[in-house]
Amino acid sequence: MARAIVNVPATARRGEIIEIKAMVGHAMETGFRRTQLGKLIPRDIISRFVCTYNDAEILRAELHPAIAANPLLTFTTVATASGTLTFTWTGDNGYSMTASATVTVV
Amino acid sequence: MSARCSERPRHVLAAACVFLHFAQAATAAEIPLAERRSGYDFMGRETRAMQDDDSTNPGMLWVLDGEALWSRKAGATGQACADCHGDARASMKGVAARHPAWDAASGRPVNLEQRINTCRSDRQKAPSLAYESRDLLALTAYVARQSRGMSIEIAIDERTRPFLEAGRDAFKRRQGQLNLACTQCHDKFWGNKLAGNNIPQAHPTGYPIYRLEWQALGSLQRRLRNCMVGIRAEPYSYAAPELVDLELYLMWRARGMKFEAPAVRP
Repeated sequence: MARAIVNVPATARRGEIIEIKAMVGHAMETGFRRTQLGKLIPRDIISRFVCTYNDAEILRAELHPAIAANPLLTFTTVATASGTLTFTWTGDNGYSMTASATVTVV
Repeated sequence: MSARCSERPRHVLAAACVFLHFAQAATAAEIPLAERRSGYDFMGRETRAMQDDDSTNPGMLWVLDGEALWSRKAGATGQACADCHGDARASMKGVAARHPAWDAASGRPVNLEQRINTCRSDRQKAPSLAYESRDLLALTAYVARQSRGMSIEIAIDERTRPFLEAGRDAFKRRQGQLNLACTQCHDKFWGNKLAGNNIPQAHPTGYPIYRLEWQALGSLQRRLRNCMVGIRAEPYSYAAPELVDLELYLMWRARGMKFEAPAVRP
């Protein structure tokens, strides 16, 4: 199922600063909450996000329990060449999600 | 002890003033059509921007799930929604904006969730989806998304009028330990603050909504039950006829307003 939405401009001029938005569906359970019976709900969060642009890492982020569910990360990069941006989220319980988008630089 | 006794009359007086204030409000008139405002208008700039952009609106995660479910075969008949209804972008256009709508089989108006579940149980021969389950929210969001930008059209005729009136009565009826009616906040005191929050006019223009407080998508019934707990009333259970009547009244009250599902609300 589609659980990630990424937004990258389809085309950009060489050297232009482009905005990238990456949102992923995840509960981001903090590990601090308890059930009504007092039992601790185990932590289940995304802990790491990596974005690569033509295999070169352009952003890496560490996520922590205070980050909201369905985290949205917005950042910028310089459009250097046409190619693919790959987004990878990894986290607790073997969670892994990837998405990609292409940009054409003219 | 004596201090406490002397304080008491003042408390009673204050409480009486509050009740007098609300007693006047209990007869609050309905908001004139031209003065109606969506909850969107009460939100901050950032939350509006979040809703307006499909790549930042978290409700779209459910819409995409719903799109996948739309063409997934289910039930004993092995049919998907798409097998009968085709492309939802055409066939489901405007559907959410006219629900709750009359259902001949059950002899009363049904909301969108109930319509989806009826289709599942009667046509697909698949088990009904539970309220607030991921799949039902996803399908509802996907169907509701097709009505975005359209105006809400609730057809009231002789069959649906009694249910509309029941919903209106519920909206105006004092309930719960706080003895409050919906109308007291949403017809009379909209635009003011309740604690730190804006009091909106309670127009269900964007359900299912992604509520930031919930960190998830939720149905109108979840929101209504939420409000009932707030006034310390016993909430109706999901799919209760009373809640559907209230939904019908609220959608009729928002008739002509722009549908904006999936909306983001604080």
